[in-house]
Amino acid sequence: MGMTIDVRVVSAEGSIYEGTADMVIAPGQMGELGILPRHAPLLTGLRPGELRIKHGAETEYLFVNGGILEIQPDVVTVLADSAERATDIDEAKAKAAKEAAEVRIANQADELDYAAAQAELLEQVARLRTLQRLREQGILR
Amino acid sequence: MAKAKEINAQIKSVKNTRKITKAMEMVAASKMRRAQERMAASRPYADKIREVLAHVAQAHPEYQHPFLAERPRKRVGFLLVSSDRGLCGALNVNVLRIVVQQMHDLQSQGIEVQVAAVGNKGVGFLRRHGAQLSAELTGIGDRPGLADMVGPIRVMTDAYRNGEIDALYLISSRFINTMLQRATLEQVLPVKKPEEKTVVAGERWDYIYEPEARPVLDHLLQRYVESVIYQAVVEHLACEQSARMVAMKNASDNAKRLVGELQLAYNKARQAAITQEIAEISAGAAAV
Repeated sequence: MGMTIDVRVVSAEGSIYEGTADMVIAPGQMGELGILPRHAPLLTGLRPGELRIKHGAETEYLFVNGGILEIQPDVVTVLADSAERATDIDEAKAKAAKEAAEVRIANQADELDYAAAQAELLEQVARLRTLQRLREQGILR
Repeated sequence: MAKAKEINAQIKSVKNTRKITKAMEMVAASKMRRAQERMAASRPYADKIREVLAHVAQAHPEYQHPFLAERPRKRVGFLLVSSDRGLCGALNVNVLRIVVQQMHDLQSQGIEVQVAAVGNKGVGFLRRHGAQLSAELTGIGDRPGLADMVGPIRVMTDAYRNGEIDALYLISSRFINTMLQRATLEQVLPVKKPEEKTVVAGERWDYIYEPEARPVLDHLLQRYVESVIYQAVVEHLACEQSARMVAMKNASDNAKRLVGELQLAYNKARQAAITQEIAEISAGAAAV
């Protein structure tokens, strides 16, 4: 019996995932993090990207839009600003939002808006990339 | 018949009022269900971030964050959560009572007070009493997003960071059940150390921070404060709807009782008028 680690993914809108895993791969602020059981305690921010939870032969794909990751030796907690299952991503909506953000960046209305648009763009690009990777692996369509 | 007519008009007016209170009761009941669901949905995040913070408090970080450090209190900040609309029983009054009492207590100790308010009722009340509001937020609607609340939260956390206030308290209503809500006072900043000891590796340990302790803890604590306040606002909305439902149910029941009493009075008045008429006619006939 191999070791497993508890994983909990929550966002302000609710609990997204709760279960055990053999390995978790998270989009940390300083790069991708692969987390195995008995990892040293770690605290980091997350950037928008894909969160993979491997359990046996199965892999759960989630999309997290920033947040905080806490690692304890036997439990991983993801406090996402928002999160969704990768298969729930609405491609059309993401594309539209990405284009809207690009337009706003091109117009450069004011500084505050520019920063918000940039964050939005980053989020949508990450979302679309997650979707693309799922396709390449033949998990989606 | 003049008296009976008067009573009849009164019955009509009470019945009309009852229609309104009944409608409000039903609207509040359906909104309450959704508000409770929303409250339940935001709970896991609040619970988990509390847990993480409990771990952080047990770590031995090389960097002491100001949000965790107790300091002497010269000025205290309050964030008051109230509802936008009235007709919800004693809900807002209870919350306001705590504010007034706290302000009075602290000011008599020579501690200055700074207040921010969410919700029309609190804002209006504090304004009328000449309090200085450092931030206010009204018209949050039934489905508040965290983004709506960021303004007042920022004002208060910045004030704490800059040393304008030395503690931040949250005053809001706790949802106990549909019939019962309780106004509460909760310390938000500095973050209280949780009592229970949970998990945790070894004796002396610290996190690996990526990239560094300061920005990560900053991020975490800011999120924590946001989560606590967001949770309070969502919970207050659930309180508001259930308080309103109960208040309106009482009003409807009262109206029903009142209509019954008035109906009885009306029947008596009608009968008295008829009896009097017959007496007059027979008296007239006897005279002829």
